[in-house]
Amino acid sequence: MSNNLRVKSSNYIDETTIVSFKFNGKNYHGYKGDTLASALLANNVHLVGRSFKYHRPRGIMTSGSEEPNAIVQVGNNAAITEPNVRATEVEIYDGLEATSQNCWPSVNFDIGGINNLLSPFLPAGFYYKTFMWPASFWKKYEYFIRHSAGLGKSPTKPDTDIYDHKYIHCDVLVIGAGISGIMAAKIAAKNNLKTLLLEEKTQIGGSTIYQNSEKFKIDNKNSSEWLINEINEIKKLDNLQIKTRTSVAAYHGYNYLLARENLTDHLSPSEKKGKIRQRLLKIRAKKVIVATGSLERPLIFNNNDRPGIMLSSAVKKYADHYGVICGKNNIFFTNNDSAYESAISLHKKGIKVQAIIDIRENSKSSLVEEATNLGIKIYWSHTVVDTVGYKKINKISLKKLSNDGQSTTGSKINISCDCLGVSGGWTPAVHLFTQSGGKLKFRDKDQVFIPNKYPSKQISIGSCNGDFSLNDIIKNCLNSLKKFLEIENIEYENLDIINPIETEKRNIWLLPSDKVIGKTKPFVDYQNDATAKDIKLALREGFRSIEHVKRYTTTGMGTDQGKLGNMHALGIVADTTGVKMSELGTTTFRPPYTPLTFGTIVGRNVGEYFDIFRKTPMNNWHLNNKAEFENVGQWKRAWYYPVNNETIYEAVQRESLAARESAGILDASTLGKIDIQGSDASEFLNRVYTNAWSKLGIGKCRYGLMLNEDGMVYDDGVTTRLSENHYIMTTTTGGAANVLGKLEDYLQTEWPELDVYLTSVTDHFATASICGPNSKKILNKLIPELDLSDENFPHMSFKEARIGKIKCRVMRISFTGEHSYEINVQANYGESLWEHCMEAGKEFNITPYGTETMHLLRAEKGFIIVGQDTDGTMTPIDLQMDWIVSKKKYDFIGKRSLYRSDTIREDRKQLVGLLTENPKEILEEGAQIVSDLSKKPFEMLGHVTSSYFSPNLKKSIALAVVRGGKKMMGKKLFIPMEGRTINVTIVDPIFLDKENKRLNA
Amino acid sequence: MFIINCPFCGERDQSEFKAGGEAHIERPKQPTELSDDEWAEYLFMRKNIKGVQFERWNHAHGCRKWFNMVRDTSNDEIKLIYKMGENPPIE
Repeated sequence: MSNNLRVKSSNYIDETTIVSFKFNGKNYHGYKGDTLASALLANNVHLVGRSFKYHRPRGIMTSGSEEPNAIVQVGNNAAITEPNVRATEVEIYDGLEATSQNCWPSVNFDIGGINNLLSPFLPAGFYYKTFMWPASFWKKYEYFIRHSAGLGKSPTKPDTDIYDHKYIHCDVLVIGAGISGIMAAKIAAKNNLKTLLLEEKTQIGGSTIYQNSEKFKIDNKNSSEWLINEINEIKKLDNLQIKTRTSVAAYHGYNYLLARENLTDHLSPSEKKGKIRQRLLKIRAKKVIVATGSLERPLIFNNNDRPGIMLSSAVKKYADHYGVICGKNNIFFTNNDSAYESAISLHKKGIKVQAIIDIRENSKSSLVEEATNLGIKIYWSHTVVDTVGYKKINKISLKKLSNDGQSTTGSKINISCDCLGVSGGWTPAVHLFTQSGGKLKFRDKDQVFIPNKYPSKQISIGSCNGDFSLNDIIKNCLNSLKKFLEIENIEYENLDIINPIETEKRNIWLLPSDKVIGKTKPFVDYQNDATAKDIKLALREGFRSIEHVKRYTTTGMGTDQGKLGNMHALGIVADTTGVKMSELGTTTFRPPYTPLTFGTIVGRNVGEYFDIFRKTPMNNWHLNNKAEFENVGQWKRAWYYPVNNETIYEAVQRESLAARESAGILDASTLGKIDIQGSDASEFLNRVYTNAWSKLGIGKCRYGLMLNEDGMVYDDGVTTRLSENHYIMTTTTGGAANVLGKLEDYLQTEWPELDVYLTSVTDHFATASICGPNSKKILNKLIPELDLSDENFPHMSFKEARIGKIKCRVMRISFTGEHSYEINVQANYGESLWEHCMEAGKEFNITPYGTETMHLLRAEKGFIIVGQDTDGTMTPIDLQMDWIVSKKKYDFIGKRSLYRSDTIREDRKQLVGLLTENPKEILEEGAQIVSDLSKKPFEMLGHVTSSYFSPNLKKSIALAVVRGGKKMMGKKLFIPMEGRTINVTIVDPIFLDKENKRLNA
Repeated sequence: MFIINCPFCGERDQSEFKAGGEAHIERPKQPTELSDDEWAEYLFMRKNIKGVQFERWNHAHGCRKWFNMVRDTSNDEIKLIYKMGENPPIE
């Protein structure tokens, strides 16, 4: 390894196991335990990506999920490549391939970098301002904007990985396994509570685990040593389940949380083969303890985005945890004591720390004293005004800060360096708390938002609750746990804790430069290239709400959701407008906390498991006979049965002719069937259908139309009276569940006095419908003992019979206008029934037909299909179905609405038939209908709802809804299509056999 | 996702239930005697309060029973659940 910037003695890196990986096509080596970020840094690779707008070179900035810059594309396989992955979270394995995003041709030479030079012309709202005019140019603009937008590449092939979902119920969920989370989990589990501890990182222990300073002691032990003991102890607890590499994505109401458990992303391709990649945990917890810690804030100064500028805590973690040297010549820039910890730790490892620049006037912390004693030069009251180095920082300029912190004085000092660790204090990670509906309050002392009002049984402990010193963390955590878990005696009660006393930080949201702000680039949102300048511009242009400023400047809208810079954006808005932070509020934190892949969200519900398919008992027969299927609701219905490579058109023409000339058979099992019983069943039907039911004889069938209370057609179907108090209702295939729900609703809530029982029996029966002039002969062969004469078994009646030993219900009803029978048998005899029918019909060339032919045949008769010819805005009157609306009944669902001022308008869209001037021309369903071609834009009168070529009539027929159509019989209208116009005439919607002679043929 | 205490089945996930809009809007007994405005009031007008609201819910993937719920729509807190036909709490 040419570059191996390592220090010895990291407990968390296995230096004996070398891992090789590729980044941007080049081979590198790291050690087991490295993240992609730590391994790259060890290879002295800082430049890993380009920024979104200006294509500025960007480097690794953090060591965790808050990373804004180092987002990479992992994998080059078109099925499982993943964009926008944080290099700081990717654990390296043999064979890992990752590439930079948002750069072309390469991260080192990126053509888009020219945007950086153009940046004065790319202010906030650039797109809104520039691409508005002329309006007709939008199509051209859009092409270019879409090509330059977006980060990374989506996979182009279906994901081959396996994902999983799991439900977990627990008494206590602890989120985050830093020192406070570990203590909380131990206390909960030891008090007989079923506890789950989740940690997004690979190991538990947070930042205390690699704390090597002697200045932090618990019970006279170094804090890390003490914590390691605790970790060993909790691993033995039965009541406690610990999951690492598990990131909580969402915290919903009622303590319902979603977490992503990463199972195999850290394994090599051969090890992960066949294993579940990620698991979405759906957790319901009685109590939740949020211990998500805090995120270090950067500082906002001119050119604060160069590779090599990192968070001070990240520089420390890379050295202490990964044993990686981020720079050989380090400078820290801070407004608080934390950077001193990092500087001291580096210095003790023999890594050069040249200087600490502190914007405060002084600090009395023992850490500062230690740094001074180690000989580190401290510049008090100074600020960095500029940085130099295009692809990596090599120099900084600093100046003395004025007393008010708003300007600089004195002369410029230049210092060279190769790494600048910045620390702006700490921001409690309150994202999950606010997602759950929690309300924040602002603490002026150290300028942080902390949890205030909890919406569910939860508490926040540790630094996410605003406790930053070891002593505060432990003491406050114990106090709140005692109350929250209702425990009297708590261990750790008398812990002796030593930590350096912190000196207050000095908070300046936007640090001044020696240049005017217009000439500087102080980045607030690194990923989206939003600078303090953009925020100020937005405010000058009149934006006030923080939500509006966010959207206009895109601050906080990247894949990192602005975890680093959002606080500064708020601070700059508050400072500029003179509003208090507490009054300004925050932008909304929305799930997921870190991006989730779609695969994890859908889990196993992919392909055929995406949605349930319902199949009829005859499904195998349809499959064996090469049926094409269509989806109707969740049902797979036979659509048509092509023979000898027929097209759908040819098949449907053949099937339609056969059904009218001899015999056809349809699988009607999918129709909804509701069994209705009870002494008030007739009265109930009277109330839910528009027509009268009381006088329907036993053994008779009747067609019913059901409305919504608004008078619009909702469903239709035939209902049969089986006995005095027993009916069976059929509904449309797609509407069955909703109809049952609606009927139950009325029964339970409006008419509880009615004695009626409803049972869904859709799946209990299989139904074959035989139609055509030979249907009677076929049924006679099937059931010779049944008298099929019109006297004994007239149209719209019902008989119980047997085919062999199989009991069946036969209804003589028709949706095609032909003489036809519907035979219902217990579902498991369905296929056998179908085969019997085919056998009996063989001599009559019985032809199976699918839904397409059914649609054609009923259209010839002008029968509507609810949902095709209606769309929730059609009344029965609009459908020319006045005959089915009872005038005598006092009330039924929707009756009152039929004479509202709107429903009695004569110019409503009404159902009519259409014939084309050229009988061979088939209209397109959905085509618009106009009457006047001279006036533009055309006034649209309605549209075509059903259209077919009728083989029986040998001409094209269509149903349509046309405004005022009922009074337009014979009128010629036009259907403008692309490049031509079709002439049509309005006719009666019944095209065939108006006298219903065929029903009794 | 809330947990709803179905008065017939006990506590279940919200995914088993269907919301049914505002509660205690009785279907007029004699619709034909209502003016267009009165009928429209029943048919279309709903309060949709931010705050405490009376709602109908149905245990659709369970016992299929309808019941009433008092819910604070601003924070999804369920204050009370009671059966159909029972009187709403006064307050």
